[in-house]
Amino acid sequence: MMLSVRDLSVVFTDRGEPFTAVDRFSLQMDRGETVGVVGESGSGKSMTAHALMGLIRRSQVEVTGSAVFEGADLLTLPRRELRRYQGKELSIIFQEPMTSLDPTMRVGKQVEESLVIHEKLAPGERRARALDAMALAGLPDPAEVYRRYPHQLSGGMRQRAMIAAALVLRPRLLIADEPTTALDVTVQAQILETLKAINREQGTAILFISHDLGVVKALCDRVVVMRQGKIVEEGAADEVFHRPRQEYTKLLVASRPARKKLRGGGGDG
Amino acid sequence: MRRKNWYLIVGAVLTASMLAFTAVGFFWTPYEPSAMSAADKYAKPCAAHLFGCDQLGRDILSRTLEGAGATLAIALAVLAVGALAGLAVGALCGYHGGAADALVMRLCDAVAAFPSVLLALVVLAVTGPGKYNVIAALGVLFVPSFARLVRGEFLKYRDRDFVRSAKLIGVSDLRIIFVHILPNIWPVLLSGLTIGFNNAVLAEASMSYLGIGVSATEPSLGYLLKDAQGYLFTAPWYTAFPAAAIVLLILGVSLLGEGVRERMGVGT
Amino acid sequence: MGRALLKRVLLLVGTMLLVSVLAFVAFSVIPGDPTSSVLGIEATDEQVAALRARLGLDLPVWQRYLRWLAAFVTGDFGQSYKFGLPVAELLASRAEVTLVLAGAAFVLIVAISLPLGLIAARYEGGIVDRIVTVLTQAVMSVPNFVMGIGLMYLFALVLHLFEPKYVPLSDGLGAHLRFMLLPALAVALPKSAMTVKMLRGSILGEMGQDYIRTAYSKGHSRSSALWRHVLRNAMIPVVTFLAMAVGDIMAGSIVVEQVFGIPGLGRMLISSIGTRDYPVVQAIVVMLASVVVVCNFLADLLYRVMDPRIDGR
Repeated sequence: MMLSVRDLSVVFTDRGEPFTAVDRFSLQMDRGETVGVVGESGSGKSMTAHALMGLIRRSQVEVTGSAVFEGADLLTLPRRELRRYQGKELSIIFQEPMTSLDPTMRVGKQVEESLVIHEKLAPGERRARALDAMALAGLPDPAEVYRRYPHQLSGGMRQRAMIAAALVLRPRLLIADEPTTALDVTVQAQILETLKAINREQGTAILFISHDLGVVKALCDRVVVMRQGKIVEEGAADEVFHRPRQEYTKLLVASRPARKKLRGGGGDG
Repeated sequence: MRRKNWYLIVGAVLTASMLAFTAVGFFWTPYEPSAMSAADKYAKPCAAHLFGCDQLGRDILSRTLEGAGATLAIALAVLAVGALAGLAVGALCGYHGGAADALVMRLCDAVAAFPSVLLALVVLAVTGPGKYNVIAALGVLFVPSFARLVRGEFLKYRDRDFVRSAKLIGVSDLRIIFVHILPNIWPVLLSGLTIGFNNAVLAEASMSYLGIGVSATEPSLGYLLKDAQGYLFTAPWYTAFPAAAIVLLILGVSLLGEGVRERMGVGT
Repeated sequence: MGRALLKRVLLLVGTMLLVSVLAFVAFSVIPGDPTSSVLGIEATDEQVAALRARLGLDLPVWQRYLRWLAAFVTGDFGQSYKFGLPVAELLASRAEVTLVLAGAAFVLIVAISLPLGLIAARYEGGIVDRIVTVLTQAVMSVPNFVMGIGLMYLFALVLHLFEPKYVPLSDGLGAHLRFMLLPALAVALPKSAMTVKMLRGSILGEMGQDYIRTAYSKGHSRSSALWRHVLRNAMIPVVTFLAMAVGDIMAGSIVVEQVFGIPGLGRMLISSIGTRDYPVVQAIVVMLASVVVVCNFLADLLYRVMDPRIDGR
């Protein structure tokens, strides 16, 4: 077992009444597996992802339970030790590719940043690895994109740059937090294809967070449905999509606007 | 559960004390501020003269009370001129927009790029010193900063639904400006007024200290400091008390402004 | 960048011309006939007419302006009424003194406020942050000249570390700078307090941005994220603020010169205003305005270099 999450709870205590964002979330993931977490906004799915990444460690937020990743509990590791995992063993990409990139730093420098933090490499070597990762993330003409600034790229290219940055150290687990929500439909499809290919070819496990059950079905083997911080249903993606057991899941399936199959061609917009 | 707004509390207390101190000076001073007394030359602070005496034996407490009054009066007059004119210019520019707005704003930018003390010195170089010239010069120079502030706020509200619907049912522009928009920008304006007040105190004090401000017959705190400068080493108290009065006045009002911004959630 | 640069340069030239027109109108037109200031009231009509012709006062205003401008840009600022000397000669050494003072103040502002702002933001809510916040609020409220008087009293009378007697550059650079340190500090401190406050706010604002979350997810610590990402972004508004502060620094220097008896442009300006020596006032005003305008221009360029989002337009 690569990742074993047991009874993960996230409670905010900074706005008067304690607020439970995630309530006893449990999940097992093998190497190379793809798992989707689905729910409407406020269901606690993003908070779960951020908690696993160690991004909500601060006072006034209580994170309890355990999340054992390759033998180490991500929730209780000292910060210094945790940082050895962040960006190296597990990475994350976010919903907003524009604001998630530093506007004043060239894209290539941001892609190779994890290398700077975790490994000692000559600049030329770093650059070569960054260009590799950018090609892997499906960026056309990596050398050109390398010296661009984020604002000079389209939304889809920015998200691919984020993917490249997340993959540059070939992590075992990629957490994708609604990575396609801010993009339009054809770009969304292409990014999904890229993630699929990465999973297939690199063996990177993907924990895919989305409000869109259909998108999750297109990518993931298994799916977990969350509502108000709790898991309400889980199972094989096809199973849950076609034969949902819970009313809530049925609603999620039904509320999905009818769309053409998520297959796209051509370059990013 | 809300964090105590210390800025507002300390600022209000400090400002109120300074205003009370100044108010006393309008009605009563322990001695005639300009009365000299050869026997009390360079008297140290003591029971008879709480703040001591200057080189001519004048009571410094009385002089500080009088000076604080002059400083406050000038600052408020400058603020009245600058804020009212700025409000009018900013409201019209922000509400109507267009080429006139662009032109006026470029002019405001140009004026605002230069420190008001320098510009006021230049104006007084031509007009000559005196209380009313100081007020006029600083007042006019303070218009751009208020105009920019007010204009920015009006731009924000001009296209809001409640303004549009008011327009649709035929409410006059003036009524929209004063009744519908103005109450909304009050917090920002209030914060701007505290900053403007401090800048006015600062500018007047600097000018009078340089001797290009008020005349000797109406000494402000800045003028007192200029007068005291020569005796810094023989009678440091002459410098210390007017200086403390200026600093406390500015500190109080700036804390008050900070408190207002925190309370109203206005960004700086 | 090319077109944007050209536009900025044109704007710079335009602003300078505007300054020159205003200075000309204020000091060469409004005060009226300078002949009495130069010749005294007992001059004969012939003397007055000769001088008017020599000064070009019989020409139309726009020709007088062009003549004045042409002379001005070639370094001929006219004659001082009071000293009877060329203004340029009169001001050269004094401008140097003021530039040293203002320059030192600027360096001090940067040297004081950057570390303090950084530390306060890095350890937000900690003891150092609280002390810095209270101190900045207090120091901000002290006018330059009051700060100068206070420093002078403290260092000269209490600590005996400072001799309140001006040391010119001719006595050696080291001694000159040592004297200038205290006046420069008086100019710098209140502005430093404002800069600290601004920088702290700017850093904390950037700390909450999404791209900092990304940096953490890559394994950055708070400090390394601060150095590598936050600082550059947070400095963008601060650079603009510092450039705008140049005007205030010049104004502060002029006032503080009076406190410490430094023979710079400020004292010259004040005494010339007192004696209505308009050519001197005019030249000083144009000089100070030029410094402000040029610094704003440079800040604009720097801003463009620092923020890649504004290129090409």
